[in-house]
Amino acid sequence: MSKMTLETEGDRFVVVRRPFAASPEEVYRAHTEPKLVQQWMLGPDGWTMPVCISEARPGGKIRYEWANPISGGGFYLTGEYVELEPYRRIVHIERMHLPDPTPDNHVETQFVPDSDGTLMTMRMTLPDAETRSQMLATGMEHGMEASYVRLERTILA
Amino acid sequence: MNTALEAPDLDAAFLALSDPTRRAILERLSQGEATVMQLAAPFKMSQPAVSRHLRVLEDARLITRRAEGTKRPCRLSVAGFETMEQWLGMLHAALSKNYDRLDHLLADMKSGKEERS
Repeated sequence: MSKMTLETEGDRFVVVRRPFAASPEEVYRAHTEPKLVQQWMLGPDGWTMPVCISEARPGGKIRYEWANPISGGGFYLTGEYVELEPYRRIVHIERMHLPDPTPDNHVETQFVPDSDGTLMTMRMTLPDAETRSQMLATGMEHGMEASYVRLERTILA
Repeated sequence: MNTALEAPDLDAAFLALSDPTRRAILERLSQGEATVMQLAAPFKMSQPAVSRHLRVLEDARLITRRAEGTKRPCRLSVAGFETMEQWLGMLHAALSKNYDRLDHLLADMKSGKEERS
């Protein structure tokens, strides 16, 4: 079973690594093409993404809107692409709207071929304590607490 | 290492952080220890009012107080700032779920290609 790791890097970044049994091109496309993004980037079960805008070019717009048909909840993310190197690297900026916008999250995602397919590494800005609290409060409202009680993660200080 | 979520601690922390005066008190304490008098000064608030805020922060384990003669200076407490672990846990769970779905999508994309070729 493929395993994701998540670590903090100092007090500024979070690094996520995840192998995939597919080519870098396929994994890259799944991260940038709206019809593909809409099928997997959904958070916990029960959520849909009714709006998915992803203009994959430098300066291009990102807008993802999530909805929960059962709870009636929803929130959204906006952002911009900064750099794209098909099928190796994506740099973008994003922020959540809770509904007030969180500080900008700077994200760099790399897709490296390996013997089993692709190793994806995503490095993102670690939000400050107040933003984390706001996100936790939103997560609790939207029923994410059950998901995160039972899990493993690795933290390197 | 598994993280167990304790609902009462989380409620106390959210209550504590939900008030702008309490957030400002925490900000001041991030620069060092302070007494009730020192904390009250910028708010033109009575000391009993500040003390009420400090009790909420203490319950949430966000500050501790030590005895020094008649004063009880306050300082930030590391214990309460476990939002880091909880937030990382939430992020981990959401991303894991997403990437599991992506595995299925990638497998579908692959079998689609094989059918065409």
